[in-house]
Amino acid sequence: SPGTSTPVTSLFSSTPTVTSEQIEHLHRRFKQLSRDQLTIRKENFDSIPDLEFNPIRGKIVHAFFDKRNLRQESDGLADEINFEDFLTIMSYFRPIEMNMDEEQLDRFRKEKLKFLFHMYDSDHDGKITLQEYRNVVEELLSGNPHLEKESARSIADGAMMEAASICVGQMGPDQVYEGITFEDFLKMWQGIDIETKMHVRFLNMETIAHCY
Amino acid sequence: IPSVSNIVPESCLLIVVGLLVGGLIKGVGEKPPILKSNIFFLFLLPPIILDAGYFLPLRQFTENLGTILIFAVVGTLWNAFFLGGLMYAVCQLGGPGLNHIGLLANLLFGSIISAVDPVAVLAVFEEIHINELLHILVFGESLLNDAVTVVLYHLFEEFANFEQVTIIDIILGFLSFFVVSLGGVFVGVIYGVIAAFTSRFTSHIRVIEPLFVFLYSYMAYLSAELFHLSGIMALIASGVVMRPYVEANISHKSHTTIKYFLKMWSSVSETLIFIFLGVSTVAGNHYWNWTFVISTLLFCLIARVLGVLVLTWFINKFRIVKLTPKDQFIIAYGGLRGAIAFSLCYLLDYKHFGMRDMFLTAIITVIFFTVFVQGMTIRPLVDLLAVKKKQETKRSINEEIHTQFLDHLLTGIEDICGHYGHHHWKDKLNRFNKKYVKKCLIAGERSKEPQLIAFYHKMEMKQAIELVESGGIGKIPSAVSTVSIQNINPKTLPVARILPALSKDKEEEIRKILRNNLQKTRQRLRSYNRHTLVADPYEEAWNQMLLRRQKARQLEQKMNNYLTVPAHKLDSPTMSRARIGSDPLAYEPKADSENLPIITIDPASPQSPESVDLMNEEPKGCSGLPPSPEEDEEGLVMRVKEPSSPGTDDVFTPGTGDSPSNQRMLRCLSDPGPRPEPEEGEPFIPKGQ
Repeated sequence: SPGTSTPVTSLFSSTPTVTSEQIEHLHRRFKQLSRDQLTIRKENFDSIPDLEFNPIRGKIVHAFFDKRNLRQESDGLADEINFEDFLTIMSYFRPIEMNMDEEQLDRFRKEKLKFLFHMYDSDHDGKITLQEYRNVVEELLSGNPHLEKESARSIADGAMMEAASICVGQMGPDQVYEGITFEDFLKMWQGIDIETKMHVRFLNMETIAHCY
Repeated sequence: IPSVSNIVPESCLLIVVGLLVGGLIKGVGEKPPILKSNIFFLFLLPPIILDAGYFLPLRQFTENLGTILIFAVVGTLWNAFFLGGLMYAVCQLGGPGLNHIGLLANLLFGSIISAVDPVAVLAVFEEIHINELLHILVFGESLLNDAVTVVLYHLFEEFANFEQVTIIDIILGFLSFFVVSLGGVFVGVIYGVIAAFTSRFTSHIRVIEPLFVFLYSYMAYLSAELFHLSGIMALIASGVVMRPYVEANISHKSHTTIKYFLKMWSSVSETLIFIFLGVSTVAGNHYWNWTFVISTLLFCLIARVLGVLVLTWFINKFRIVKLTPKDQFIIAYGGLRGAIAFSLCYLLDYKHFGMRDMFLTAIITVIFFTVFVQGMTIRPLVDLLAVKKKQETKRSINEEIHTQFLDHLLTGIEDICGHYGHHHWKDKLNRFNKKYVKKCLIAGERSKEPQLIAFYHKMEMKQAIELVESGGIGKIPSAVSTVSIQNINPKTLPVARILPALSKDKEEEIRKILRNNLQKTRQRLRSYNRHTLVADPYEEAWNQMLLRRQKARQLEQKMNNYLTVPAHKLDSPTMSRARIGSDPLAYEPKADSENLPIITIDPASPQSPESVDLMNEEPKGCSGLPPSPEEDEEGLVMRVKEPSSPGTDDVFTPGTGDSPSNQRMLRCLSDPGPRPEPEEGEPFIPKGQ
């Protein structure tokens, strides 16, 4: 990893995630967001001004409290998260490391895609239904208030049909495609290198601007 | 059996042709023409660069911009000085023939020959289909190093006239680099914005839309060259800046025109350049000096390899996707020299540079070596090293959704971390673009269209066109899957028979709407004008379909008060395509199809008088037969007679029977047009359900 400090493994059961420099910075940020409390709630995220413009703001905040992402056995949403949970979520966005072998790389990729899958699958039932997909597209287009719901819906329908034809192939008129399962989701993402795209650079520690 | 074109890249063959032609001319006793520099720089080079800049894959380019800039700037500087310095040393040791060549002359020579040539790179890399990363790295480098070459060239040329070169001159020279490159980009951006702004108002004169793109880009190039700024960077900048706005404003046909003209011109230019290189080799005065030429060649290669190795080691510290040794080899091997070096050398003044002929010979040797040896061997090497090749993936709507989702997610995470990374800035730029720039530069409604919608529309249009073109042969493309809306949303109830349930005043409404629509078209076509294009059936049909969809939606809202069963809306072509795909036999012509009301329409043609035939009833007096179930699904149907070949615009001969292909997909491409007899009095829907 690009930092000069050694990776810290103590907090996590999985492979080394973030370096101690990065952890320090994130801790400072956490304290800022939580106003020096030990835990953050959903409301604390409202204090980030730039997040207002983000169309999928709701889903992002939701993902921080999703118990599936926090690697907890139970399901549903947590009310508040502590710093360790915050780091767990951040670790999904770590950059790829050069010395990973095939198996590690595959696991790395699946982890990230699982995170994304949970964001799409809002009712936690293990598949992305048509309604959920429509919801995703509507949110993506929510920055354009003059658009009709019709457009978002037809895009989502078209995308769903495309997904069905990729994952199942030819379907007879009375077969029903229930929804996108995680395996199908993996198939859809084959063309995009998620392991190189889904990361946040922590390199320039000095130039990081604080919120206020 | 490998054919010649598999082994030898096109550029080599063209040079050989040039050599033969030159030899022929010389043999006849005439003096063969040499590639004059001003012809090269003014007429042959711009089309190639514009083609490259206009179609530059912007996403990959910006993602790798840091790497490309380092290679272009630092790499070229290193090459120039390393080569110049070493050649000076060689000249000093080289004996009487070379002693008189000073340091500055050698540095000038180094700067001319060190730049990687975009024309040569394009010519060779196009054929080997290498993966996008390597392609954009080498190609981007060849484009951006123009600024460095321009600065160094002018600098050394001037310095050669000075008695003494002071530190101030060197510092000024260093500063002039920024002026040249940024100035070039600035000029390009200005012209790009002007072009985009102009295209906002061209909706009435579609025929000359492509002209503005070419004109403004060329003016950007000339303006930059006028002030000794980097013309290539101006051209690239103007193409990149104007493209998204111009494409949103111009018609589909203009877009196609621009694409094909650019490809045509750039192909012609490229061919001419290589042939001329061959001819000039035969024609020119050469001065062959073994030491000079061989050492030039050797040091060029060494400099390139060293430069790439060192720079990659440095760059890999900052890259997420590191460059492997294989990548480095290809980048080093892809450093081809070409006609720009030749022309730059040709521009040198004999008075100040008496050794110009020797330089020219050396440059031609290096060009030949890189183009022939490296150009021919790169393809087998790519195969041997198993370098990743370009994947031909079609961009799907799913990928677009996912990519946008990911972009927003990463921006959000960056905001949460308080880390202003490049997602944050890209998002800010996009928001600025959407809020201010798009409103100025894009006409009408499209300024507010989000990218996802624009992408979806483009895809739908493409699919509709594909389907029509293949529908002409009567086949459904096998790529169409049988997945339909029923498969993913079983809750959509089977379609009800709308038409029988319509009351009288609904009929009247529908009739009125159709009449209004068709009337509007008629009024628009009243006057013939040379500048009026024959209506594009696809585009006209597209607009009509969108309009009709809007009206049908309004109608549906009213109808919902009357019907208990949800009405079946007009689908997008994608969905109806899918539906048809799922039931290929549903649209065979039925025996009683003649009794059904049919609207025959043809696209506007200037000759025939304007009127619309609302009904084509054969035999007349249809009555009584309710539409068959399949027809119901189509709702408001317009059957279209297809043109006899995809290209012609105005072929509608009455009496051509309904072939299965007609009835299939073409219902969404209907283009009301003029017809001899107005017969609007007829009811659209047969009575007596």
